[in-house]
Amino acid sequence: MGKLLTSLGALALVGLGTAWVLTEPDPLPASSLDGLIGDPERGALVFAAGGCASCHAAPEADDQTASHLGGGRRFETQFGTFIAPNISSDPVHGIGNWSDLEIVNAVMRGVSPEGAHYYPAFPYSSYIRADVADIVDLAAYLRTLPAVATPSLDHEVGFPFNIRRSLGGWKLLFLNEDWIVETELDAQEIRGRELVEGLAHCGECHTPRNILGGSKTSAWLGGAANPSGDGTIPNITSGKLDWSAEDIAIYLESGFTPSFDTAGGEMVHVVRNMAKLPQSDRDAIAAYLKAVPPVTQ
Amino acid sequence: MTKFFKTLAISTALLAASGAVFAESHAAMSPEDAVAARQTHMKLLGQNMGVLGGMAQGKMDYDAAAAQAAADALVENAMIADMAKFPEGSDSDSIATSRALPAIWTNFDDFTAKAEAFAVAATGMQSAAGQGLEAVQGAMGALGGSCGSCHETYRKPK
Repeated sequence: MGKLLTSLGALALVGLGTAWVLTEPDPLPASSLDGLIGDPERGALVFAAGGCASCHAAPEADDQTASHLGGGRRFETQFGTFIAPNISSDPVHGIGNWSDLEIVNAVMRGVSPEGAHYYPAFPYSSYIRADVADIVDLAAYLRTLPAVATPSLDHEVGFPFNIRRSLGGWKLLFLNEDWIVETELDAQEIRGRELVEGLAHCGECHTPRNILGGSKTSAWLGGAANPSGDGTIPNITSGKLDWSAEDIAIYLESGFTPSFDTAGGEMVHVVRNMAKLPQSDRDAIAAYLKAVPPVTQ
Repeated sequence: MTKFFKTLAISTALLAASGAVFAESHAAMSPEDAVAARQTHMKLLGQNMGVLGGMAQGKMDYDAAAAQAAADALVENAMIADMAKFPEGSDSDSIATSRALPAIWTNFDDFTAKAEAFAVAATGMQSAAGQGLEAVQGAMGALGGSCGSCHETYRKPK
Protein backbone atom coordinates (compact mmCIF):
# COMPACT_ATOMS: atom_id res chain seq x y z
CA MET A 1 0.00 0.00 0.00
CA GLY A 2 2.82 2.31 0.96
CA LYS A 3 4.49 1.51 -2.32
CA LEU A 4 1.34 2.24 -4.29
CA LEU A 5 0.94 5.59 -2.56
CA THR A 6 4.54 6.45 -3.29
CA SER A 7 4.08 5.56 -6.95
CA LEU A 8 0.87 7.57 -7.13
CA GLY A 9 2.58 10.46 -5.41
CA ALA A 10 5.47 10.29 -7.85
CA LEU A 11 3.06 10.17 -10.78
CA ALA A 12 1.18 13.17 -9.46
CA LEU A 13 4.44 15.07 -9.11
CA VAL A 14 5.42 14.22 -12.68
CA GLY A 15 1.94 15.33 -13.77
CA LEU A 16 2.17 18.59 -11.88
CA GLY A 17 5.68 19.15 -13.18
CA THR A 18 4.55 18.56 -16.75
CA ALA A 19 1.61 20.90 -16.27
CA TRP A 20 3.95 23.49 -14.79
CA VAL A 21 6.25 23.30 -17.80
CA LEU A 22 3.39 23.27 -20.30
CA THR A 23 1.71 26.31 -18.75
CA GLU A 24 4.94 28.29 -18.74
CA PRO A 25 4.82 31.59 -20.64
CA ASP A 26 6.28 31.30 -24.11
CA PRO A 27 7.66 34.70 -25.11
CA LEU A 28 9.30 35.54 -28.41
CA PRO A 29 13.11 35.65 -28.31
CA ALA A 30 14.91 38.98 -28.56
CA SER A 31 16.27 37.94 -31.96
CA SER A 32 12.79 38.19 -33.49
CA LEU A 33 13.23 41.98 -33.36
CA ASP A 34 16.60 41.98 -35.12
CA GLY A 35 16.96 44.89 -37.52
CA LEU A 36 13.56 46.39 -36.67
CA ILE A 37 13.32 50.08 -35.84
CA GLY A 38 9.90 51.47 -34.93
CA ASP A 39 8.29 54.07 -37.17
CA PRO A 40 5.73 56.03 -35.12
CA GLU A 41 3.88 57.27 -38.22
CA ARG A 42 3.24 53.74 -39.43
CA GLY A 43 2.53 52.81 -35.82
CA ALA A 44 -0.40 55.22 -35.77
CA LEU A 45 -2.10 53.10 -38.44
CA VAL A 46 -1.32 49.91 -36.51
CA PHE A 47 -2.87 51.58 -33.45
CA ALA A 48 -6.05 52.32 -35.42
CA ALA A 49 -6.20 48.87 -37.01
CA GLY A 50 -5.71 47.22 -33.61
CA GLY A 51 -8.39 49.34 -31.98
CA CYS A 52 -6.18 49.93 -28.91
CA ALA A 53 -7.96 53.13 -27.85
CA SER A 54 -11.38 51.47 -27.95
CA CYS A 55 -10.52 49.59 -24.76
CA HIS A 56 -7.64 51.51 -23.18
CA ALA A 57 -8.96 55.09 -23.39
CA ALA A 58 -10.86 56.29 -20.33
CA PRO A 59 -14.54 55.25 -20.29
CA GLU A 60 -15.67 58.86 -20.79
CA ALA A 61 -13.12 59.63 -23.53
CA ASP A 62 -14.18 61.66 -26.56
CA ASP A 63 -12.39 62.13 -29.88
CA GLN A 64 -9.90 64.55 -28.32
CA THR A 65 -8.94 62.32 -25.41
CA ALA A 66 -9.08 58.97 -27.20
CA SER A 67 -5.27 58.87 -27.24
CA HIS A 68 -5.04 59.23 -23.44
CA LEU A 69 -4.63 55.57 -22.61
CA GLY A 70 -5.11 55.59 -18.85
CA GLY A 71 -7.51 52.63 -18.97
CA GLY A 72 -10.38 52.00 -16.58
CA ARG A 73 -13.06 50.67 -18.94
CA ARG A 74 -14.85 47.72 -17.34
CA PHE A 75 -15.73 44.59 -19.31
CA GLU A 76 -18.24 42.36 -17.61
CA THR A 77 -18.01 38.76 -18.80
CA GLN A 78 -19.10 35.33 -17.60
CA PHE A 79 -15.60 34.87 -16.14
CA GLY A 80 -15.58 38.09 -14.14
CA THR A 81 -15.01 41.78 -14.75
CA PHE A 82 -11.87 42.82 -16.58
CA ILE A 83 -10.65 46.39 -16.24
CA ALA A 84 -8.52 47.80 -19.04
CA PRO A 85 -5.10 48.78 -17.68
CA ASN A 86 -3.15 51.99 -18.23
CA ILE A 87 -0.99 51.62 -21.37
CA SER A 88 -0.04 55.28 -21.61
CA SER A 89 3.59 56.42 -21.72
CA ASP A 90 3.59 57.08 -17.97
CA PRO A 91 6.70 55.27 -16.61
CA VAL A 92 5.05 54.36 -13.30
CA HIS A 93 1.40 53.62 -14.08
CA GLY A 94 1.70 52.99 -17.80
CA ILE A 95 4.19 51.24 -20.05
CA GLY A 96 6.56 54.17 -20.59
CA ASN A 97 9.67 52.22 -19.63
CA TRP A 98 8.88 48.98 -21.44
CA SER A 99 11.24 47.82 -24.17
CA ASP A 100 10.09 46.96 -27.70
CA LEU A 101 10.48 43.28 -26.87
CA GLU A 102 8.32 43.61 -23.76
CA ILE A 103 5.59 45.33 -25.74
CA VAL A 104 5.77 42.77 -28.55
CA ASN A 105 5.47 39.90 -26.06
CA ALA A 106 2.55 41.53 -24.29
CA VAL A 107 0.66 42.11 -27.54
CA MET A 108 1.54 38.97 -29.48
CA ARG A 109 2.02 36.39 -26.72
CA GLY A 110 -0.06 37.72 -23.84
CA VAL A 111 2.98 37.70 -21.53
CA SER A 112 3.82 40.55 -19.13
CA PRO A 113 7.38 41.84 -18.61
CA GLU A 114 7.37 39.92 -15.30
CA GLY A 115 6.52 36.74 -17.19
CA ALA A 116 2.86 36.40 -16.13
CA HIS A 117 0.02 35.45 -18.46
CA TYR A 118 -2.52 38.10 -19.42
CA TYR A 119 -6.21 37.26 -19.63
CA PRO A 120 -7.44 36.75 -23.18
CA ALA A 121 -9.87 39.67 -22.80
CA PHE A 122 -6.73 41.29 -24.25
CA PRO A 123 -7.06 39.89 -27.79
CA TYR A 124 -3.54 38.50 -28.15
CA SER A 125 -5.02 35.34 -29.61
CA SER A 126 -5.70 37.51 -32.69
CA TYR A 127 -2.66 39.78 -32.37
CA ILE A 128 -0.42 36.69 -32.45
CA ARG A 129 -1.02 36.77 -36.24
CA ALA A 130 0.30 40.32 -36.53
CA ASP A 131 3.61 41.17 -38.14
CA VAL A 132 6.34 41.77 -35.49
CA ALA A 133 7.50 44.85 -37.45
CA ASP A 134 4.00 46.35 -37.14
CA ILE A 135 4.06 45.94 -33.36
CA VAL A 136 7.50 47.55 -33.12
CA ASP A 137 6.02 50.50 -35.07
CA LEU A 138 3.07 50.50 -32.66
CA ALA A 139 5.46 50.63 -29.70
CA ALA A 140 7.16 53.69 -31.23
CA TYR A 141 3.77 55.38 -31.68
CA LEU A 142 2.61 54.57 -28.13
CA ARG A 143 5.67 56.39 -26.80
CA THR A 144 4.50 59.58 -28.54
CA LEU A 145 1.15 59.59 -26.69
CA PRO A 146 0.58 61.49 -23.44
CA ALA A 147 1.45 60.04 -20.05
CA VAL A 148 -1.58 59.47 -17.81
CA ALA A 149 -0.95 58.98 -14.09
CA THR A 150 -3.98 56.79 -13.38
CA PRO A 151 -3.13 53.54 -11.58
CA SER A 152 -4.34 50.35 -13.26
CA LEU A 153 -7.00 48.47 -11.31
CA ASP A 154 -7.01 44.75 -10.55
CA HIS A 155 -9.44 42.60 -12.50
CA GLU A 156 -12.40 41.33 -10.51
CA VAL A 157 -12.13 37.66 -11.32
CA GLY A 158 -13.05 34.80 -8.98
CA PHE A 159 -11.65 31.29 -8.49
CA PRO A 160 -10.50 29.39 -10.54
CA PHE A 161 -10.01 32.06 -13.19
CA ASN A 162 -7.88 34.13 -10.81
CA ILE A 163 -5.06 31.57 -11.09
CA ARG A 164 -3.10 33.14 -13.91
CA ARG A 165 -0.93 30.07 -14.40
CA SER A 166 -4.05 28.23 -15.59
CA LEU A 167 -4.11 30.62 -18.55
CA GLY A 168 -1.10 28.69 -19.81
CA GLY A 169 -3.51 25.79 -20.31
CA TRP A 170 -5.94 28.08 -22.12
CA LYS A 171 -3.13 29.19 -24.40
CA LEU A 172 -2.15 25.59 -25.14
CA LEU A 173 -5.69 24.96 -26.29
CA PHE A 174 -6.55 28.18 -28.10
CA LEU A 175 -3.47 30.23 -28.89
CA ASN A 176 -1.85 29.60 -32.24
CA GLU A 177 -0.65 31.68 -35.13
CA ASP A 178 -2.16 29.63 -37.95
CA TRP A 179 -4.49 31.42 -40.35
CA ILE A 180 -8.10 30.46 -39.95
CA VAL A 181 -9.15 30.75 -43.58
CA GLU A 182 -6.67 28.62 -45.49
CA THR A 183 -8.31 28.45 -48.89
CA GLU A 184 -6.48 30.00 -51.81
CA LEU A 185 -6.69 33.79 -51.61
CA ASP A 186 -5.51 36.57 -53.89
CA ALA A 187 -3.21 39.37 -52.69
CA GLN A 188 -6.08 41.67 -51.68
CA GLU A 189 -7.86 38.92 -49.74
CA ILE A 190 -4.59 38.02 -48.02
CA ARG A 191 -4.20 41.64 -46.83
CA GLY A 192 -7.80 41.46 -45.61
CA ARG A 193 -7.02 38.26 -43.75
CA GLU A 194 -4.03 39.86 -42.04
CA LEU A 195 -6.30 42.58 -40.75
CA VAL A 196 -9.45 40.62 -39.90
CA GLU A 197 -7.74 37.58 -38.32
CA GLY A 198 -4.93 39.64 -36.81
CA LEU A 199 -4.79 43.29 -35.78
CA ALA A 200 -8.46 44.18 -36.27
CA HIS A 201 -9.41 41.10 -34.18
CA CYS A 202 -12.93 40.92 -35.71
CA GLY A 203 -13.37 37.30 -34.66
CA GLU A 204 -13.18 38.20 -30.96
CA CYS A 205 -16.79 39.41 -31.10
CA HIS A 206 -18.16 38.02 -34.36
CA THR A 207 -17.16 34.37 -33.73
CA PRO A 208 -18.92 32.27 -31.08
CA ARG A 209 -16.93 30.91 -28.14
CA ASN A 210 -16.94 27.51 -26.46
CA ILE A 211 -17.50 26.98 -22.76
CA LEU A 212 -13.84 27.77 -21.99
CA GLY A 213 -13.93 31.01 -23.94
CA GLY A 214 -12.01 29.71 -26.97
CA SER A 215 -13.03 30.69 -30.49
CA LYS A 216 -15.25 28.18 -32.33
CA THR A 217 -13.37 28.56 -35.58
CA SER A 218 -15.75 26.15 -37.33
CA ALA A 219 -18.27 29.01 -37.21
CA TRP A 220 -15.69 31.70 -37.99
CA LEU A 221 -17.34 35.16 -38.07
CA GLY A 222 -20.73 33.46 -37.94
CA GLY A 223 -22.10 35.73 -35.21
CA ALA A 224 -22.12 35.32 -31.44
CA ALA A 225 -23.60 36.41 -28.16
CA ASN A 226 -22.54 39.94 -27.26
CA PRO A 227 -19.52 39.44 -24.96
CA SER A 228 -20.22 42.67 -23.09
CA GLY A 229 -23.96 42.75 -22.58
CA ASP A 230 -27.31 42.20 -24.23
CA GLY A 231 -28.09 40.98 -27.70
CA THR A 232 -26.00 39.32 -30.36
CA ILE A 233 -23.15 40.33 -32.64
CA PRO A 234 -24.07 39.61 -36.26
CA ASN A 235 -22.91 36.93 -38.65
CA ILE A 236 -20.71 38.76 -41.17
CA THR A 237 -20.06 35.84 -43.52
CA SER A 238 -21.84 35.71 -46.87
CA GLY A 239 -24.10 33.07 -45.31
CA LYS A 240 -26.00 35.96 -43.75
CA LEU A 241 -24.56 39.32 -44.80
CA ASP A 242 -25.74 40.03 -48.34
CA TRP A 243 -23.93 43.36 -48.76
CA SER A 244 -21.61 43.89 -51.72
CA ALA A 245 -17.90 44.33 -51.09
CA GLU A 246 -18.40 48.04 -51.85
CA ASP A 247 -21.20 48.24 -49.26
CA ILE A 248 -18.89 46.72 -46.62
CA ALA A 249 -16.06 49.15 -47.42
CA ILE A 250 -18.45 52.13 -47.27
CA TYR A 251 -19.83 50.93 -43.93
CA LEU A 252 -16.33 50.61 -42.45
CA GLU A 253 -15.58 54.19 -43.47
CA SER A 254 -18.89 55.98 -42.84
CA GLY A 255 -20.80 53.74 -40.43
CA PHE A 256 -23.77 53.70 -42.80
CA THR A 257 -25.39 50.40 -43.75
CA PRO A 258 -26.78 50.08 -47.28
CA SER A 259 -30.22 51.02 -45.90
CA PHE A 260 -28.73 54.03 -44.06
CA ASP A 261 -29.04 52.70 -40.61
CA THR A 262 -25.80 53.34 -38.70
CA ALA A 263 -23.34 51.28 -36.72
CA GLY A 264 -24.09 51.00 -33.01
CA GLY A 265 -22.43 49.73 -29.84
CA GLU A 266 -18.75 48.77 -29.98
CA MET A 267 -18.90 48.94 -33.76
CA VAL A 268 -18.99 52.74 -33.55
CA HIS A 269 -15.41 52.62 -32.20
CA VAL A 270 -14.43 50.10 -34.84
CA VAL A 271 -15.72 52.30 -37.68
CA ARG A 272 -13.94 55.32 -36.22
CA ASN A 273 -10.71 53.29 -36.35
CA MET A 274 -11.27 51.68 -39.74
CA ALA A 275 -11.96 55.13 -41.25
CA LYS A 276 -8.34 56.06 -40.43
CA LEU A 277 -6.92 53.24 -42.58
CA PRO A 278 -6.23 53.60 -46.29
CA GLN A 279 -9.14 52.84 -48.61
CA SER A 280 -7.18 49.84 -49.90
CA ASP A 281 -7.33 48.25 -46.43
CA ARG A 282 -11.12 48.64 -46.15
CA ASP A 283 -11.46 47.17 -49.63
CA ALA A 284 -9.19 44.30 -48.58
CA ILE A 285 -11.30 43.54 -45.51
CA ALA A 286 -14.41 43.53 -47.69
CA ALA A 287 -12.79 41.20 -50.23
CA TYR A 288 -11.67 38.83 -47.46
CA LEU A 289 -15.13 38.74 -45.87
CA LYS A 290 -16.54 37.71 -49.24
CA ALA A 291 -14.03 34.83 -49.31
CA VAL A 292 -14.76 33.52 -45.79
CA PRO A 293 -16.68 30.21 -45.81
CA PRO A 294 -20.36 31.14 -45.36
CA VAL A 295 -21.92 30.27 -42.01
CA THR A 296 -25.63 29.63 -42.37
CA GLN A 297 -27.54 29.75 -39.13
CA MET B 1 -37.70 60.53 -59.71
CA THR B 2 -38.13 64.02 -58.28
CA LYS B 3 -41.87 63.50 -58.00
CA PHE B 4 -41.27 60.37 -56.00
CA PHE B 5 -39.04 62.21 -53.55
CA LYS B 6 -41.54 65.03 -53.20
CA THR B 7 -44.30 62.55 -52.47
CA LEU B 8 -42.05 60.81 -49.98
CA ALA B 9 -41.15 64.05 -48.29
CA ILE B 10 -44.76 65.24 -48.15
CA SER B 11 -45.99 61.96 -46.73
CA THR B 12 -43.15 62.02 -44.25
CA ALA B 13 -44.01 65.54 -43.17
CA LEU B 14 -47.68 64.60 -42.83
CA LEU B 15 -46.82 61.58 -40.75
CA ALA B 16 -44.54 63.73 -38.69
CA ALA B 17 -47.28 66.25 -38.10
CA SER B 18 -49.79 63.56 -37.17
CA GLY B 19 -47.18 62.08 -34.89
CA ALA B 20 -46.80 65.40 -33.13
CA VAL B 21 -50.56 65.73 -32.66
CA PHE B 22 -50.74 62.15 -31.46
CA ALA B 23 -47.92 62.76 -29.01
CA GLU B 24 -49.69 65.78 -27.58
CA SER B 25 -53.06 64.13 -27.21
CA HIS B 26 -51.66 60.89 -25.87
CA ALA B 27 -49.03 62.05 -23.46
CA ALA B 28 -48.96 58.66 -21.78
CA MET B 29 -48.43 56.26 -24.67
CA SER B 30 -48.49 52.57 -23.87
CA PRO B 31 -45.01 51.03 -24.00
CA GLU B 32 -46.03 48.80 -26.93
CA ASP B 33 -47.36 51.74 -28.93
CA ALA B 34 -44.26 53.74 -28.08
CA VAL B 35 -41.96 51.04 -29.44
CA ALA B 36 -44.01 50.82 -32.65
CA ALA B 37 -44.03 54.60 -33.04
CA ARG B 38 -40.27 54.84 -32.51
CA GLN B 39 -39.58 52.14 -35.04
CA THR B 40 -41.79 53.84 -37.65
CA HIS B 41 -39.99 57.07 -36.89
CA MET B 42 -36.60 55.44 -37.42
CA LYS B 43 -37.72 53.95 -40.75
CA LEU B 44 -38.76 57.38 -41.95
CA LEU B 45 -35.42 58.81 -40.93
CA GLY B 46 -33.70 55.97 -42.75
CA GLN B 47 -35.64 56.62 -45.98
CA ASN B 48 -34.69 60.26 -46.01
CA MET B 49 -31.10 59.52 -45.01
CA GLY B 50 -31.09 57.11 -47.94
CA VAL B 51 -31.87 59.92 -50.39
CA LEU B 52 -29.13 62.16 -49.04
CA GLY B 53 -26.63 59.35 -48.50
CA GLY B 54 -27.31 57.82 -51.91
CA MET B 55 -26.44 61.14 -53.51
CA ALA B 56 -23.43 61.69 -51.25
CA GLN B 57 -22.07 58.25 -52.14
CA GLY B 58 -22.70 58.76 -55.85
CA LYS B 59 -25.27 55.98 -56.04
CA MET B 60 -27.83 58.41 -57.41
CA ASP B 61 -27.54 61.75 -59.16
CA TYR B 62 -27.62 64.89 -57.06
CA ASP B 63 -30.99 66.64 -57.30
CA ALA B 64 -31.23 69.86 -55.29
CA ALA B 65 -35.01 69.72 -54.84
CA ALA B 66 -35.02 66.08 -53.75
CA ALA B 67 -32.12 66.68 -51.37
CA GLN B 68 -33.88 69.67 -49.86
CA ALA B 69 -37.14 67.75 -49.43
CA ALA B 70 -35.32 64.90 -47.69
CA ALA B 71 -33.41 67.26 -45.39
CA ASP B 72 -36.60 69.18 -44.54
CA ALA B 73 -38.26 65.90 -43.66
CA LEU B 74 -35.33 64.98 -41.40
CA VAL B 75 -35.72 68.24 -39.52
CA GLU B 76 -39.45 67.65 -39.17
CA ASN B 77 -38.78 64.19 -37.81
CA ALA B 78 -36.07 65.41 -35.50
CA MET B 79 -38.60 67.81 -34.00
CA ILE B 80 -40.89 64.96 -33.07
CA ALA B 81 -38.12 62.99 -31.41
CA ASP B 82 -40.13 63.87 -28.36
CA MET B 83 -39.82 62.10 -25.09
CA ALA B 84 -43.47 61.03 -24.92
CA LYS B 85 -42.32 58.17 -27.12
CA PHE B 86 -39.97 56.98 -24.38
CA PRO B 87 -42.23 56.03 -21.49
CA GLU B 88 -40.89 53.88 -18.66
CA GLY B 89 -41.25 50.19 -19.41
CA SER B 90 -40.53 50.47 -23.15
CA ASP B 91 -36.91 49.30 -22.87
CA SER B 92 -35.35 46.18 -24.36
CA ASP B 93 -35.60 44.27 -21.07
CA SER B 94 -39.36 44.90 -20.87
CA ILE B 95 -40.41 44.49 -24.51
CA ALA B 96 -38.91 41.83 -26.76
CA THR B 97 -39.05 43.87 -29.97
CA SER B 98 -37.49 46.94 -28.37
CA ARG B 99 -33.80 47.66 -28.88
CA ALA B 100 -33.87 50.71 -26.61
CA LEU B 101 -31.43 49.87 -23.81
CA PRO B 102 -32.44 50.52 -20.19
CA ALA B 103 -29.46 52.92 -20.03
CA ILE B 104 -31.68 55.51 -21.76
CA TRP B 105 -33.77 55.86 -18.62
CA THR B 106 -30.79 56.02 -16.26
CA ASN B 107 -29.09 58.72 -18.39
CA PHE B 108 -32.14 60.55 -19.68
CA ASP B 109 -30.44 63.96 -19.80
CA ASP B 110 -27.60 62.64 -21.91
CA PHE B 111 -30.06 60.79 -24.11
CA THR B 112 -32.06 63.99 -24.64
CA ALA B 113 -28.88 65.90 -25.40
CA LYS B 114 -27.99 63.36 -28.08
CA ALA B 115 -31.48 63.64 -29.61
CA GLU B 116 -30.97 67.40 -29.72
CA ALA B 117 -27.56 66.95 -31.33
CA PHE B 118 -29.31 65.05 -34.10
CA ALA B 119 -31.74 67.94 -34.59
CA VAL B 120 -28.78 70.33 -34.88
CA ALA B 121 -27.07 68.10 -37.44
CA ALA B 122 -30.33 67.76 -39.40
CA THR B 123 -30.66 71.54 -39.47
CA GLY B 124 -27.09 71.72 -40.79
CA MET B 125 -28.09 69.36 -43.58
CA GLN B 126 -31.19 71.46 -44.26
CA SER B 127 -28.97 74.48 -44.93
CA ALA B 128 -26.56 72.44 -47.05
CA ALA B 129 -28.95 70.30 -49.07
CA GLY B 130 -29.71 72.80 -51.83
CA GLN B 131 -26.13 74.04 -52.10
CA GLY B 132 -24.71 71.30 -54.26
CA LEU B 133 -23.32 67.79 -53.93
CA GLU B 134 -20.20 68.79 -52.04
CA ALA B 135 -22.23 70.60 -49.42
CA VAL B 136 -24.39 67.50 -48.92
CA GLN B 137 -21.30 65.32 -48.64
CA GLY B 138 -19.85 67.75 -46.13
CA ALA B 139 -22.93 67.70 -43.91
CA MET B 140 -23.28 63.94 -44.09
CA GLY B 141 -20.47 63.17 -41.62
CA ALA B 142 -21.95 65.18 -38.77
CA LEU B 143 -25.38 63.78 -39.46
CA GLY B 144 -24.20 60.18 -39.45
CA GLY B 145 -22.07 60.89 -36.40
CA SER B 146 -25.08 62.11 -34.47
CA CYS B 147 -26.98 58.90 -35.31
CA GLY B 148 -24.01 56.78 -34.31
CA SER B 149 -23.31 58.51 -31.00
CA CYS B 150 -26.76 57.55 -29.77
CA HIS B 151 -26.73 54.05 -31.26
CA GLU B 152 -23.35 53.47 -29.63
CA THR B 153 -24.66 53.77 -26.10
CA TYR B 154 -28.39 53.31 -26.20
CA ARG B 155 -29.25 50.71 -28.83
CA LYS B 156 -29.04 47.01 -28.14
CA PRO B 157 -27.14 44.97 -30.74
CA LYS B 158 -29.59 42.78 -32.67
